[in-house]
Formats: sequence, structure tokens, C-alpha cells
Amino acid sequence: MHVGVDVGGTNTDAVIIDGDSVLAWIKTPTTADVSSGIVTALSAVLSDSKVSTDAITGVMIGTTHFTNAFVEGKRLLKVGVLRIGLPAGRDLPPMIDWPARLKEAVNGHCAMVHGGNEFDGREISPLNEKEILQAARDMRAKGLKAIAISSIFSLINPKMEERAEEIIRNELPDARITLSSSIGRIGLIERENAAIMNASLADLSVQVVSSFRQALRTLDIKAPFYVSQNDGTLMSADFVERYPVLTFASGPTNSMRGAAFLSGVKTALVADIGGTTTDIGMLSGGIPRESSVTVDIGGVRTNFRMPDILAIGLGGGSIVREDGDITVGPDSVGFRLTEESLIFGGKTATASDIAVAAGHADFGDASLVASLDSAYVRRASDAIHTKLEEGVDRMKTSAEPVPLILVGGGAVLISQDIAGASQVIRPDYSSVANAIGAAIAHIGGEVDKVVAYEEQGRDAALSGVKAEAVARAASAGADPHTIEITDVEEIPLSYIPGGAVRVRVRAEGALLHA
Amino acid sequence: MKITVDGLEDLTRGAAFLGTGGGGDPYIGGLIARHAIEKHGPPEVIDVMDVPDDAWLYIIAGMGAPTVMIEKGLSVEAASLAVEKLESHIGHKAHAILPVEMGGLNSLVPVALAAMRGLPVVDADGMGRAFPEIHMVTYHVYGVSTTPMVIANEHHDFCLIEAANGKRAEEMGRALAIQMGLNVMLSAYPMTGAQAKQTAIRGTLSLACHIGRAIAEGRRTGEPTEALLAYLRTTPYYNHCAVMFEGKIIDLQRETTRGFSIGRCTLAALNGSSSRMEFTFQNENLLARVDGKIKAIVPDLICVVDQDTAEPITTEALRYGQRVKVIGTSVAPSMRTPEALEVFGPKGFGIDEPFRPIEELF
Repeated sequence: MHVGVDVGGTNTDAVIIDGDSVLAWIKTPTTADVSSGIVTALSAVLSDSKVSTDAITGVMIGTTHFTNAFVEGKRLLKVGVLRIGLPAGRDLPPMIDWPARLKEAVNGHCAMVHGGNEFDGREISPLNEKEILQAARDMRAKGLKAIAISSIFSLINPKMEERAEEIIRNELPDARITLSSSIGRIGLIERENAAIMNASLADLSVQVVSSFRQALRTLDIKAPFYVSQNDGTLMSADFVERYPVLTFASGPTNSMRGAAFLSGVKTALVADIGGTTTDIGMLSGGIPRESSVTVDIGGVRTNFRMPDILAIGLGGGSIVREDGDITVGPDSVGFRLTEESLIFGGKTATASDIAVAAGHADFGDASLVASLDSAYVRRASDAIHTKLEEGVDRMKTSAEPVPLILVGGGAVLISQDIAGASQVIRPDYSSVANAIGAAIAHIGGEVDKVVAYEEQGRDAALSGVKAEAVARAASAGADPHTIEITDVEEIPLSYIPGGAVRVRVRAEGALLHA
Repeated sequence: MKITVDGLEDLTRGAAFLGTGGGGDPYIGGLIARHAIEKHGPPEVIDVMDVPDDAWLYIIAGMGAPTVMIEKGLSVEAASLAVEKLESHIGHKAHAILPVEMGGLNSLVPVALAAMRGLPVVDADGMGRAFPEIHMVTYHVYGVSTTPMVIANEHHDFCLIEAANGKRAEEMGRALAIQMGLNVMLSAYPMTGAQAKQTAIRGTLSLACHIGRAIAEGRRTGEPTEALLAYLRTTPYYNHCAVMFEGKIIDLQRETTRGFSIGRCTLAALNGSSSRMEFTFQNENLLARVDGKIKAIVPDLICVVDQDTAEPITTEALRYGQRVKVIGTSVAPSMRTPEALEVFGPKGFGIDEPFRPIEELF
């Protein structure tokens, strides 16, 4: 039996899952110390389901904690950044594109040294160890404990980053060091940014993981726990301590995977309708389609594995206005729904009021919207549906109709068929799809590198990369018998001879139970 | 006028628009220009007509593979070295830096180098858009020799090339670029002020800045595309302009052949009609048809922008389902002469259609 927990900014949700069935679920407020909120949520589902703590084989936690901390610039460490690659990259120093506020909070020291690789593996320059030693001493003099190391084309050869780590470790034995090659993709600035972000969260990650541990100890749960990463796969507790940045944006992925699980439909659009926005994404074979564009987090450019999500201004709190035509959103009363909407005695017409007046939802005081003109209610309800239809149409990958799965508290807004959707599915437990997505997640492994098809042949080169991805998933804790390749992307490199192709392969497998 | 750090965002967006789908992502170019301006101060922009006839101008452009550039960045030092070596070969110092391609990444490189060298940058270029090869430029069409040409990299390696013609210079340059790390700077077409006045397309740097500003200001009033078109109508060369089609991408095919990203994109109308647009691209957008009828053809501009924000969309970023507007505009008369069309008209891209100006196709 698995327990899934979603620690959001507002709510902490928990579910207990046995195979395909949800045994118990709860939504509770998130607490400042994180731990006591988790204890409350877990105690509730344990007592509801009467499951003994010994029967639990894994606890999976999804959290927005690290994303929020980074964006707010709070509790971050100052980072020493070492970039290997001179004389290349001199005109693009580290953190050049960071917003001033975050740069101020995170920039401890930046050093650029000679070294790095070309696209074909040749050295740009030999690694200059003296320069690294000097940088390490400068960082020690500034009292820095968090270090990020990047090197040009380190995904083709990570050795220079690894050697630099040894040298720095010698000078700064207690340093928390992040190598860009261990977390990023091709694109130096974006990969280096991810490494710096990760290093800045080094203290917080230890604290948060220890509060997760403490919550489980309080309840005497001995099962190992895992944390969701942005592609929806899991990492172990030790791993998240080292790579907290990989939790960024795991929320939408969990909710989409949860929707696939709850509905039993693997290829579909998912609309997660909240209070202010609706996130629409596309599931293909149970896996969210990935975004192909760079993603800004707090204004810092990254190229993480993020699901391709369209956020539209439609939710339960969306404000309904009539000015000839009826419009819905994009502004919302948000968390003040229970004060400002008509059904709670307020003065603002919201999408929730329309759903209650139309008889599709039952919350608040329906008598307060009973006097609304029925033609107005119908037109407003049509406007809500049209808005979702437009979003659905934008996210479809082909003209063929596909199923649409509705999750989230605002799913009650939708009562009619949606154009472009072959069917509209409203699964049970959809308000905790996030926690469910965490509970059912797999262990993954990804490899992103440039290979030469003309040298090795396409088949040999591809199977080499696939084997690497499978080995990564296995070493992260996946059951080797269940590992499958879930994604292969081949991008031929323009202007490069020799059939150089950038290959990205992802593998996933079920959690291996000890 | 000076190009300041604050003005770079407008220039970058305008350069992406003029890139007509290609020209490389100007993001990294914008970063190195910002770094150079922060360090050395903003460069002055001068009118090509104000350059003395006997003064020398040097161009600068990056050449390589986009995947390599996103790892290694761009080297302003290498750019400086390329120009310096060409200056000493010619025997005349640069009066100013002359842009060669006002579309995409290479719009920003001259700004960064001008800032570093403390030189002005000329408000002109050799195409007023983006093209994929070194000889596809008015400088070449109107008689400026491509070579001598210097290629340099961040190691301070450099190579001086003399070639019989522009096409051969391009081929030799590519071969060298591979050995030199696929991320090199090149300076070619060294020319005097008199030659630049005869061959360059005037006002294109400020044009790119104004395009970016028009889109940004238009967003504040909610009408970015209209603001962009209203500005273009006031310009001497891009005044024949219109939204040729507004629609949703319903099909997209692409392949990489001979180092080029070649493809075809189909749009369906959003107004319920059965009308379709299809456009083809080879790095840049080349030919647009609506219901089988040609609406715009290279070298006129075919630019895809986001339906709501008018943000320019490169061919790599095109995706099924996107809602876009496709804008067509005219180009400078010197881009449309028979000798220019010979080099970068439809025939230059293997398209078996005659060039027809966009204003005749509306």
C-alpha cells in the first residue's frame, strides 16, 4: 500500500492507495512547520482506512516548498559558482540574466576557469587546476558552503566537473556541491542556472527532508519515502536532499498522472480547474507531454523537464460580468470566494454562482442565486464552457477528438459536452488528483547527449543511450524487470557534419520493494 | 541615438520579427550585448549617409550551429579579433561597425562589438531580414567582394580567406568553422563609406528597435499587431504590410537536410471558414499560400506572430494548435531587383515560382 501526500502552499492532501483503489483521502491546511500538517493528514487517512502503518510500503510526497522558497528568495544560501570553459563563454558570465533581487540573494562568488569540451568531445582548453584551487580558496575566504560547478558540454564529458569537485572538496570538505551535468540538459546558461538554484536550496532541503522524516517517525511509519520530481517520477529522500531543484513544478505533472490513474484513460486532455485558473495539459500513454520552450522560474531561465501546460483564467472564483456579452474571468475573487461570491452572501457574481444557480453544483446558499434570470445563467454557463473549449482546442495535438478528464475543485463548473472532446470524464477523488499522482509514481532515469550516427550507426548509438537511461532508472531504485523506455527524442544538429544527433531518452520503472 | 541596456529588449524582439522565422534565437545575442554595454557603455548609432566616403566599415557575424552556441555562447573577443585582423590586412581602421543581417541573433553581435570597441554602429544592414548564407546579401549583389574574410574563435585562432566568389567563400568558411569549434565569428565584405551608401539598406537597426517598441506599446493598449502594422506603414520599405492570415496550426512537417531545417506548416482559419494557409520554410519562411494562391514570396517578409501578444515565433518553436497571425511585408527596392532576386529570390531557394511583390498579391 502506498501513501501519497501533496504539500501545497495552501493545502496538504493525503491519500492511501491499494493497487487500483483509493482507501481514504483528506484535505487539510498546510502548516508553517510542514511536519505537523503532514502528521494531521496522515493520521486522518490511516484512521479512516484502518490500515496499519506496517502495511505501508512507500510514502510519496509532492511539494511546492522549494519552488516557493526560491521564487520568494527566502532561506536561500549564497552560492559560489565555478564555470569551466575559458576562453569560451567569457562574454556570458554566470547569473548574467538573473533578476537583481535573486542575484543579490544568491550570488556569493563567480569564477570562470580554463577547460571545457567541444561538441565532439575535444577539449576547449586543458583543465586549469591552479585556477580552480584559487577559486576554491576565494570561496572559502568568503565563507561559502554551497557551490555550483558548470562546464561547457559537460553532458558529453562530465570529467572536468568531477575533477573540479574533488579539488574544491579538498579545500572545503563540508561544502554542498552541485554539478550541472548531474541535473541539467544541453544549454549552458539554463543548466548552470539549475545548478546554482539547487545549491542555494542546500540547507532548506536538509531541513524539509528532516521534517518529512520526523512526521513519519511521529506516526511510526517505517516505509521509505520518496519525493516527486518535475517529470512525475520519484526520487529517494537522500536524492532530494542533494537535488531539491528537481521538485520544481512537480504539481501539474502529478495532477495529470493522477487523472490518468483515476479515469483509467491514458491518452487524453486533462483540465485541472482550480479557483483562479485552469491548467490544461495533454497525456499521451499516461505521460504528460513535455514543454518544448524554456521555463522561467522567478525570472530565471531554465530547461527543466516540465509538462506543457496552458493556464487559462477560468476557475470557481472567476468573476462573471455582463456588458452586452457575458465574460468570465480572467480575474478571480480567489480565496475570498466564501466572502465575495453571491452564494456566500457577497456581491460579486462568480463562475461558482452560475454553476449553483444552474443546478450543477451544490454548495453555499442556493437561495441567494435563485432570483438570477435563467437566460442570463444559461448564457454565462455557455461562456464558461466556450472558454474551456478554446483552451482544449489549443492544447490538442491533432484534429481528432480526444477524451477530456476534469479534475480539481472547479470541475463542477462544467456540465455540458465540450467541443473537440470525444467524452468528458469526471473521475472520483478528483480533488486530490495531485496526491494520487504522487502515490502511483514510478522511478525514472534520463540521458541527454550528442552522439554521432555516422560513426556508430543509428541503432547502436540509440541502444547505447537507452541502456544508459535504463541503468540510471535502476540505480535510482526502479525494479529492473519493469523498466521501460518512455520517451526518445532525436534532434539532428544543423550545420554539424558526421550525423551528430542530440538524443534524449527517458526510462521509467515501478518502485522496487526491498 | 544610442543602444542602451533598456533599449535591448525592443531591439531583440524586433530582430526576432525581422528574422522571419530564422536567424537564430536572439536571446544569447541580447545577453552578450547587454554584458558589453554594461561594461563599456552604450554605442552610438549613426546614419550610413553620415559616414565619410573614404572611411572604412567592417561587418561582423556569428557562424556555427545553434546547439553549440547554446553551450559556448558567443565571443565578443573573437568578433573583435576578426575585425582587427581584417583592419590590418586592409590597412585601415574601422570608422564604425556595419551590421550584415538585421534578423535574429546577428542583429545583436555588431552592437556588442561596437560597445566593446567604443565605435559607432551603422543604422543599416545588407538584407533588412535574415538569410542562411554569407552571399545572400545586398553587399554581394551590388559588387562588394565577400573576401578578404577573417574567421576567428575564442582561442584567438584566426584564418584569412581569399576566394574567387561569395559561394566559395561560404563553403570554405563552413569547413573551417567545423574545425574551429562550430561557433566562430566572421568579418567579410570590408567596404568604404561610399560603397556602403550604394549597397546597404538604410535605417534597419532603428527599424528593429521601433518594431520591438511598437509591439511592447501595443500590448499596453491590447492591440499589439495593429500597433506593429501602424508603425510599419510609416516606414519607407516595409509599408506594404498586412495580416495575411489568422489561424490555428493544424499540420506541421519538418526535416533537417544538408544542415537546414526545411518544412511546411498548414493553418486553418478561426472564423469558421474553410480557408487554409500553407507556408514553407528553409530556416526562414519562404512562400505563403492561402487556398492555393500565393500571398507572399521570398525576399518579402513572412512573419509568424502569436495571435494575442504579437510575439514573433521562430520555425523551431512552431507547434500544432498554436493560434497565430501571419504577417507579410514588402522589403527595400534594392532587395527586389533582378540581380538581387538572382541571389536570394525564389530561385535561390529552389522554388519554381516567379517573384511577385506582396502589394500585387493582397
